[in-house]
Amino acid sequence: MADTIFFYVFALLTLGGGVLTITRKSAVHSAIWLIVSLLGVAGLYLLQKAEFLFAVQIVLYIGGIMVLFLFVIMLVNLDQAAGQRQFNKQWWLALACVLVVGAEVIYFLNRGAGAFRLPPPAAPSQVAPGNTERLADVLFSEYLLPFEIASVLLLVAVVGSVIMAKKRI
Amino acid sequence: MLHPITTVHYLVLSAALLLIGTIGVLARRNIVVILMSLELILNAVNINLIAFSRHFGSVNGQIFAIFVITVAVAEAAVGLGILIALFRNKETVLADEVDLLKW
Repeated sequence: MADTIFFYVFALLTLGGGVLTITRKSAVHSAIWLIVSLLGVAGLYLLQKAEFLFAVQIVLYIGGIMVLFLFVIMLVNLDQAAGQRQFNKQWWLALACVLVVGAEVIYFLNRGAGAFRLPPPAAPSQVAPGNTERLADVLFSEYLLPFEIASVLLLVAVVGSVIMAKKRI
Repeated sequence: MLHPITTVHYLVLSAALLLIGTIGVLARRNIVVILMSLELILNAVNINLIAFSRHFGSVNGQIFAIFVITVAVAEAAVGLGILIALFRNKETVLADEVDLLKW
């Protein structure tokens, strides 16, 4: 019962924050609402027993990416952009396409609703190690190569962003 | 009166968040807000992955979510770097005013 209430609270935070993110005029307000939305998503992770990802979401998204966004918003002068039209001329076309895709997704979720009952939800056993240990076990054995490739990707991103932000490119 | 939460609830929520992010990417003019909408889309993907990870009782979905977050960090860093370079050269952050390649 408590799970149900928490789910709806976090869903409201996520979706409400998302809608306000894309409708606010000022980019700083958008960033603040995006933080609210990301907090809602972090709560959903916690509800689904993904404690490590909950911590990663708070530390990395809200502590890292959002600070980066706010930093760039302060660096780039957005005052004159905030006074202008916020949506481009084809916004109604975008809305129509998205509504069509949304109807399609809901239709197929309805049709396939039976498929979600097939495997019984696995009961968490008490003897199993915690979420972080299980993640680490799988990440450093089965997914070791993708893990190393991700480190190369981060290196490329560091070099790329330094070069992009240089004075003379 | 309140139903227990199933995987389908999470899938519907994730689809809704994905569509909100898509509207943001397609309809907004400010590039900073477009990048934020991309973060919303990636978060929708993560909710999906973790819902299925719970559904099937394995941690593989959470591993994938970690990789998605890694890619999101790299994308945000490079995207904001490009935005700074763009602002320095064109003095604008509105996506439809950057039409150098448009004929």
